[in-house]
Amino acid sequence: MPWHYIARSMRGHPVRPPESGIARRKSIWERIHLDPWLLGLLLVLMGSGLIVLYSASGQSIDAVIGQSVRFLIALVGMVIIAQFSPSTFLRFAPLAYCVGVAMLIAVDVVGDVGMGAKRWLVIPGVIRFQPSEMMKLAAPLMVAAYLNRCELPPRLRDIVVCGVIIGVPVVLTAIQPDLGTSLLVSSAALIVVLLAGLSWRLIGFIAALGAAGVPLLWMNMHNYQRQRVLTFLNPESDPLGSGWNIIQSTTAIGSGGLWGKGWLQGTQSQLEFLPERHTDFIIAVLGEEFGLVGMLVLLFLYLLIVSRGLWMASSAQDTFGRLVAGSIILTFFIYVFVNMGMVSGILPVVGVPLPLVSYGGTSSVTLLAGFGILMSIHAHRRLLSR
Amino acid sequence: MLKRPNTLKNSEQELRIFRVRALLAVLVVFTLAGLLTSRLVYLQIVQHDMYSTRSENNRVRVEPLPPNRGLIYDRNGVLLAENRPTYNLTLVRERVDNLDETLALLVDLLELPEEEIEAFNVRSRQRQRPFQPALLTSDLSEAQIARLAVNRHRLPGVEIEAQPLRYYPDAEIMAHTLGYVGRINAEEMETLDAGRYAGTHFIGKTGVERFYEEELHGQAGLRKVETNARGRVLRELGRTDPVPGKNLTLTLDKSLQTLAYELLDGRRGSIVAIVPGTGEILAMVSTPGFDSNQFVTGIDVASYRDLQQDLDLPLFNRATRGHYPPGSTIKPFLALAGLVEGVITPDSTINDPGYYQLPNDSRRYRNWLRWGHGRVDLERALAVSNNTYFYTLAHDLGIDDLHDQMSNFGFGRRVAHDVQGESGALMPSRDWKRGRFNQPWYPGETLSVGIGQGYWQVTPLQLASATATLANRGHWVKPRLARQIGDTPVPRDLPDTLDDIVLANDSWWDRVFSGMEKVISGTEGTARRTGVGLEYRMGGKSGTAQVFSLGQDQRYNADELAERLRDHALFMAFAPLDDPQIAVSVIVENAGGGSTHAAHLARAMTDAWLLEDEAPDVEEVREVLEEDDANVEGN
Repeated sequence: MPWHYIARSMRGHPVRPPESGIARRKSIWERIHLDPWLLGLLLVLMGSGLIVLYSASGQSIDAVIGQSVRFLIALVGMVIIAQFSPSTFLRFAPLAYCVGVAMLIAVDVVGDVGMGAKRWLVIPGVIRFQPSEMMKLAAPLMVAAYLNRCELPPRLRDIVVCGVIIGVPVVLTAIQPDLGTSLLVSSAALIVVLLAGLSWRLIGFIAALGAAGVPLLWMNMHNYQRQRVLTFLNPESDPLGSGWNIIQSTTAIGSGGLWGKGWLQGTQSQLEFLPERHTDFIIAVLGEEFGLVGMLVLLFLYLLIVSRGLWMASSAQDTFGRLVAGSIILTFFIYVFVNMGMVSGILPVVGVPLPLVSYGGTSSVTLLAGFGILMSIHAHRRLLSR
Repeated sequence: MLKRPNTLKNSEQELRIFRVRALLAVLVVFTLAGLLTSRLVYLQIVQHDMYSTRSENNRVRVEPLPPNRGLIYDRNGVLLAENRPTYNLTLVRERVDNLDETLALLVDLLELPEEEIEAFNVRSRQRQRPFQPALLTSDLSEAQIARLAVNRHRLPGVEIEAQPLRYYPDAEIMAHTLGYVGRINAEEMETLDAGRYAGTHFIGKTGVERFYEEELHGQAGLRKVETNARGRVLRELGRTDPVPGKNLTLTLDKSLQTLAYELLDGRRGSIVAIVPGTGEILAMVSTPGFDSNQFVTGIDVASYRDLQQDLDLPLFNRATRGHYPPGSTIKPFLALAGLVEGVITPDSTINDPGYYQLPNDSRRYRNWLRWGHGRVDLERALAVSNNTYFYTLAHDLGIDDLHDQMSNFGFGRRVAHDVQGESGALMPSRDWKRGRFNQPWYPGETLSVGIGQGYWQVTPLQLASATATLANRGHWVKPRLARQIGDTPVPRDLPDTLDDIVLANDSWWDRVFSGMEKVISGTEGTARRTGVGLEYRMGGKSGTAQVFSLGQDQRYNADELAERLRDHALFMAFAPLDDPQIAVSVIVENAGGGSTHAAHLARAMTDAWLLEDEAPDVEEVREVLEEDDANVEGN
């Protein structure tokens, strides 16, 4: 029970993982370095996601097959990544970070424009690649690797260094411009610093600085980004233009009621009133067709995954592992919160997909790669000496 | 680069810090999850009804089904107003790949004028629901439709839309009486029942189209359809069929109407023909006519200005709104007034020295024949159109009785049942003059009124209507244009009909008729040339109206002025004498002195109606007219 251990640790008792000291044979899961609970929950989530996707894609079996193939590839990636020991990630973090930054600069210089923003790096005929996606893992890894060297809680000097490590990719993504990814990269890395024990005074200071920076941010925003914020504040101001998405998604969710209209029966989704219904706004399809009950079941599923992830993080045996694991799982929750918040109209529209439910390959690969690292940290802990 | 963890690091402390922070993170996670949950509860439980309605409104569109406008037929079932399918070109911007290219291609294909594109651009700048078709141009020709069909694959988002449009096959001949429909304007929109007119763009503006708007329009239906976000209809959820407008059968006879139009030969004038026994208007023509079809689609500014500024006032409905001094045509009615009031009997006579003098007045009111007609009784007074007889009669009646009696014949009143925009014209009286000029009535003015001059003004419809009542021996039947509305015949007796005119002795009608017959068939008759070869007994009365002034804002040149200062020729007639089947009034503006011009036209009308085999030859009538014009006679 994680609560028990957390409580004990707070009283200053040494804490040991529950398995330690119990002599027994390694289970099959331990041998393949996977966590059955987390894997099981992820598979349930992906399965439910495919059911919703079938409805959201206009009953396209092709979309479901395509998504399944992506899931399969991402799962294989996860399993492979889980086989590496955490020390490997520690060693390769600076390299991954530097390559990532270099590619982000390349994107800003020669990147391919898509959806009004430069996000893609293209080697013609070979690969189309979004380096910012890789940064979602590389940045927190780098910060954790740096903090791993320092004494914790971090001193001001360390925090400044972390600030630079975080700032560079965040600014590079923001000017693409890709507000959603920029937000996720910075929160993933910031969570590392927060978990490492950033002093409360400094947190307050940074928060104040952030508040002061809002007008500055506003002035440097692109018109469409400002429009999104304004629309968020009052969607009815432009019901046929930029307010359309949010009005249609809240209408879809609200009209679902307690039990929903039934699978494939959602008029908002099936009649295409809901924009981007199989990508960023897929949760609205769930809300319409499965109602509040469906929404809460999904939210509960996410909370189970986050709980399990946090439990795994807190049982990691070294600082690097803890920080990385905590960051990965909390970032996962930020995905969930930002997406559900924006679709239900309590957050402005930023392009954040619903993890492992929204149609699309890139984010699934990144997310499952993250879970691979998480499993690696969890599964390799007994191999380390204490 | 980075080394293994520093041995100096306090692992336990770091773990403790992490666990505190992780616990906080758990709290934050659950708080945020709670926030999401409460938002979802708010949306899906608290606001569920509102969003349900909104979602239904999204999905369900109510489309009006405009009713088909009723058709209009003449008394023989000849179609006078129909609904012709026309084709409009619409464009859905969201489906067009490249708007500029598409527009350029359309201009090229259809030879559209630049203004249409500009107008479209102005229209499309206004914000509208996505995927709503916007009108590009209307009334496509068959060639244009064919060219569009061939190039369809190059024109995604461009649609041809069918819309029924009113069409009048005999527009020029029927324009004034039938009227026309036009686009509903903002003013009309305010007073219309939005439900009944949902989806309807046209409304009757004038004439029968306006008077019977209620019956012709019908009732709009509606259908509820499920649409997707693109506005494409997926299925019908419910439907109320429109109630089509009622077809209208008019009393008009298209061939008689056409004859009247041709007889007038483009001159300014009017002919109205009525069946005395039933009040049915057989023909009601005002010339020059105009093409009312132009007004359906919307007339262009230049054409409209031409019509408005035309000196002949083609848009003016002379038959119902033209005010003419009736001249001598009202003498039979005055004679009847005298008989009713007992001022004269059919046998009373006067001696005509060629003029009339009021007591104690040196002024002489002249007969048209300077030396006078000598002894004149009622019948002769009508036949030779003796002024002195009627000066005497008018003076003896006095303006008050004269006004009341003439009102009984419908003068100064709107007489018809269903003629839109009918004018009551003017039957002068003491009160009227007091109100109009703040002057007393002078006895001399009564004499002018006695020969149909002075302030007295009638419309051709009034004159025909009074003639029909006379032919009907004083029994009023309201003139009407509608014979049958849908399947319901219009009854012969209608409310608000004027009281019948009753003579002390019914045989006195025959005396008046006889006088009127002598106008045409008598040796002294003013229209005796018209009576040549007459195959039935006909009564009539000629009239000449002096033109005193032109409108202030009318342009003119010397030649035109001379023509326009000539007298108006009038004639009223009915036939056959013993069993009247038709009453006619004819007014030809500036046709010159004499009754002949109008009388010939009246005869042609009665011939056409009564002699079934021998439709009169318009060319022959014209030849006779030319002959007569060279040999003008006084009235």
